[in-house]
Amino acid sequence: MKAPEKHVSAATFEELAMPLFDQLYNFARWLTQDTAEAEDLVQETYTKALRGFSSFQAGTNFRAWMYRILRNSFLSSRTGLKTMVAINGEAEENLVPAESTTPESILIEQADRAMVQWALAELPVPAREILLLCEVEEMSYQEIAETLAIPIGTVMSRLFRARKALRDLLRKQSDGGRDGV
Amino acid sequence: MGCEQWRGKLDAYVDGKLDLAEARVLAEHVRTCPACAADALERVQMKRAVQMAGTRYTASAELRNRVSKSLTSKPRRHFSFWQILAGPALVLLILSLATNFYMGRESARRQRVYSELADLHVAALASAAPVDVVSTDRHTVKPWFQGKIPFTFNLPELQGSEFTLLGGRVTYFAQTPGAHLIYQVRKHEVSVFIFQDRAFEDRGEAAASLPSSAAHAFSFNVENWTQDGLRYFVVGDVGAGDIQALSKLLQDAR
Repeated sequence: MKAPEKHVSAATFEELAMPLFDQLYNFARWLTQDTAEAEDLVQETYTKALRGFSSFQAGTNFRAWMYRILRNSFLSSRTGLKTMVAINGEAEENLVPAESTTPESILIEQADRAMVQWALAELPVPAREILLLCEVEEMSYQEIAETLAIPIGTVMSRLFRARKALRDLLRKQSDGGRDGV
Repeated sequence: MGCEQWRGKLDAYVDGKLDLAEARVLAEHVRTCPACAADALERVQMKRAVQMAGTRYTASAELRNRVSKSLTSKPRRHFSFWQILAGPALVLLILSLATNFYMGRESARRQRVYSELADLHVAALASAAPVDVVSTDRHTVKPWFQGKIPFTFNLPELQGSEFTLLGGRVTYFAQTPGAHLIYQVRKHEVSVFIFQDRAFEDRGEAAASLPSSAAHAFSFNVENWTQDGLRYFVVGDVGAGDIQALSKLLQDAR
């Protein structure tokens, strides 16, 4: 009685989970900044998710669930433990309007892809992950909230600060580059 | 609304998270305000730049195969040490509970039957007329039951034994008529009950599954067995030896 049910759930799991493989790996690689670690993390994520698939509630967001497992696995890894401090230490209510004195359009035009990649890698994990979830995974605020297990208000404030931090990094890099020339 | 109020909402605007009415007003403002337009454009460009830069890493085919294979071929369950122990332990627990329950029920069932028979024994002895047919002669007592109970039985020759037949009466147990014989041994009365075994089975009555055995219930000694489709019970306050001796005589009766 149990065996066929299990088989069905495994098949369903594979159908749901494998299409997310490339995105999950990209995310894992960004988090860990290391190929071997990212591979282990993805493998671990799939193993854990399959084992816990029975606890996944149909109708809820499967993608957010997978990302959450990946992220939790990362945070409990040796590299991830260090970033916990950064996440817990941040102040969430720092929601100030962006300074608007210098439009950064030109700056962005100048910033090539490699530079943004560099800046992303430089960002602390909480900023990096939320930017990736929002821009690369194109998750809604709700999905991000589910993935990171934080309220939507926190998603918005953290996203705001992450963008600001990225702009600051790019500006600094751009200015530095210009000064250097 | 001035630019400052809108600036805080530009992120939500470019993320498409503003509600429709607000987004429409902001779009109108952006069209007429170069500073906000530049800001919004910058944010859109930044979004796109991050999107492009963020899509960077591709997993090896080897990893994909490995993960995919792990979903189908690996054992689906990873039993922990405790789970491995828990399975057999649970089986043992259920078995022992079931056995206990069964034994408990068997024992309770047996006790119920014996206690009812002990009641019949005591009630008969307490009665002014313990027996309806008063005779020490088995050839008188046995025919007396004819037409009163739906079976016949053999009574032993008591000569040379310590037992004396006092008489018999018709009795009922679980709506089944049976013979109740009273014997005497050294001033003690011993009851012998004989019922159709089949009658118990038909009713699914407890006594049907009673194992043939000697038992001790409420200070009475009880012996019971099945013979030629009849269920015999010997109940009395005498020692187990006397009960067994009388049982032996009844079993050998021809």
